[in-house]
Amino acid sequence: MRVVLAEDLFLLRDGLVRLLEAYDFEIAAAVESGPELTRAFAELAPDVAVVDVRLPPSHTDEGLQCALRARRERPGLPVLVLSQHVEQLYARELLADGTGGVGYLLKDRVFDAEQFIDAVRRVAAGGTAMDPQVIQQLLSRRQADDRPLGRLTPRELEVLELMAQGRSNAAIAERLVVTERAIAKHTSNIFAKLDLEVSDDDNRRVLAVLAYLDQGR
Amino acid sequence: MDAKSGDTKDVGGRARGVVLDGVRALALVFVTLPGAAVLFVLSVVSIALIPLGVGIVTTPWVLTGVRAFADLRRMLAAQWCGVRIPPAYRPIPKGANPWARCFRMLGDPATWRDLGWLLVDMTAGFVTVVLPVALLLYPFEGFALAAGLWRVFTDGTDVGWWYAFVPISGQGSALLAAGLGAAFLVTGYFTVPLLLRVHFLLTRTVLSGDQGELAERVRVLTETRRDAVDTSAAELRRIERDLHDGAQARLVAMGMDLGTIEALIEKNPAKAKELLTQARKSSADALTELRDLVRGIHPPVLAERGLGDAVRALALRMPVATEVDVDLPGRPGAPVESAAYFAVSEVLTNAVKYADADRIWVDVQYLRASEGTLRISVTDNGKGGATIGAGSGLSGVERRLGTFDGVLAVSSPAGGPTMVTMEIPCELS
Repeated sequence: MRVVLAEDLFLLRDGLVRLLEAYDFEIAAAVESGPELTRAFAELAPDVAVVDVRLPPSHTDEGLQCALRARRERPGLPVLVLSQHVEQLYARELLADGTGGVGYLLKDRVFDAEQFIDAVRRVAAGGTAMDPQVIQQLLSRRQADDRPLGRLTPRELEVLELMAQGRSNAAIAERLVVTERAIAKHTSNIFAKLDLEVSDDDNRRVLAVLAYLDQGR
Repeated sequence: MDAKSGDTKDVGGRARGVVLDGVRALALVFVTLPGAAVLFVLSVVSIALIPLGVGIVTTPWVLTGVRAFADLRRMLAAQWCGVRIPPAYRPIPKGANPWARCFRMLGDPATWRDLGWLLVDMTAGFVTVVLPVALLLYPFEGFALAAGLWRVFTDGTDVGWWYAFVPISGQGSALLAAGLGAAFLVTGYFTVPLLLRVHFLLTRTVLSGDQGELAERVRVLTETRRDAVDTSAAELRRIERDLHDGAQARLVAMGMDLGTIEALIEKNPAKAKELLTQARKSSADALTELRDLVRGIHPPVLAERGLGDAVRALALRMPVATEVDVDLPGRPGAPVESAAYFAVSEVLTNAVKYADADRIWVDVQYLRASEGTLRISVTDNGKGGATIGAGSGLSGVERRLGTFDGVLAVSSPAGGPTMVTMEIPCELS
């Protein structure tokens, strides 16, 4: 799988290259600025891109803007955005086109190599990887004024949280140490209680949950 | 400028100074009355033409001329007499259209002071420069009369000419005129530098505006500066303490864990693995603490996107539904942005904590009229009763905004709703 990596700090870039290579990714390019990233998107057609939000030369959200631009040109182009801080505002912008293949994680998540690589693979496959912090913020906001959410059992809330992060039923089952069937039951309960349309497509399911959590604000 | 008697060298030096001041006064005679009169008439005509539209284009030009004229006099006052007259014009934004330039200049009190000064300059100002010139030149007519010029006017039988109040009717009265002229010259010797100084002091009095207003401004600036310094010192202390007790301590713990792991890795791999997990947790905690600290110093979204999106991101973090409406055609300077952001943050926190609100509206807009003002209003549907009391969050906000000449107004009747409005004069880039 060919990866384009954009990160301006040498130490982090180097670490990410080594990490990704250790898990058999092919690094198509490891760049350090916005213009270079735009060129890499255009010329290299990567399978997935791992992009730092803040890049030179402007040191603003240049990486995010590059990624959003590239996705407008090629909808569904898988991009995993990394940042020192997560903002719902940015998450919403990344999810706005509803095409999936999007990730938005804190840089700290790289500490857990397995989880991080899993997120990269998921995004590359058209799935979603949202940082737990984003999901927690969404949940706590919605819980304050949302009745349907109040009807979920604590376990169902837990499943909802993991689902919103973009994890598959199998991954959720493994995480909560229960069977996949039990999780499937939980999810269908959740969808019924929140009045959401049930879908077999994992990815569409995640996007529906995220849209539900983000609505009304 | 006291006259020093005695030493002849001193007298010679003073005489040269008096002559120089006389020449300067003479130059000013040709500048004050014609310059001030022409500029005053032009200004009045130009302002009168504003309703017709032409005035909007011409007024800034004419007023710029008036300012150049006033600036020339400021320069001369400083160079010739050491009288400093600081200019106090409000800045005009670059690239402003004639309309904005025109009304910005007309809205500046300094413009009206300038126009008033033109009137003073062509009357009292003119007199104070004509007088020294007369005191130095008029005596020579007296000397000339005594030297024989009187013969041109009279044959010695009637009064053919007046020198000041002396009727010239012959050699005797002509000598009297010369005596009077000498008296004038002596008076001039002592008063010319003084008169020139009076001229410039008069200019300063009229041009430099109201001292009371300045004193008040100085008082406010002193106060807000002290607040700003206190606040930033307290802020630095807090950051130092947070770093010291938080991230720094965690990194030390992590280093120790790594050392222990190094020692244990072969003897007791299971224990080493456990410590590794702990070290990783320490680093994650350190990062979280640093992140919170950074957010408190300068929120990343503010740096990346500016005030509008930073307030939107802030609203998304609120546990209460918050609507944000932003209308900013550009970005204020970084210090203003930061102050405005933290002010909004504090007001929002207050609304959530004390007002029991379940809906908040934030409105950020830029008013171009006159100065250019950033206005932010935060309204909530809570129970009201908020005041800017001692120790309340709002008085902190007021102090923070004060550094930028910003103001805070609170309307919060018991039972709500509460509306907090903040205004900061600023320019957008």
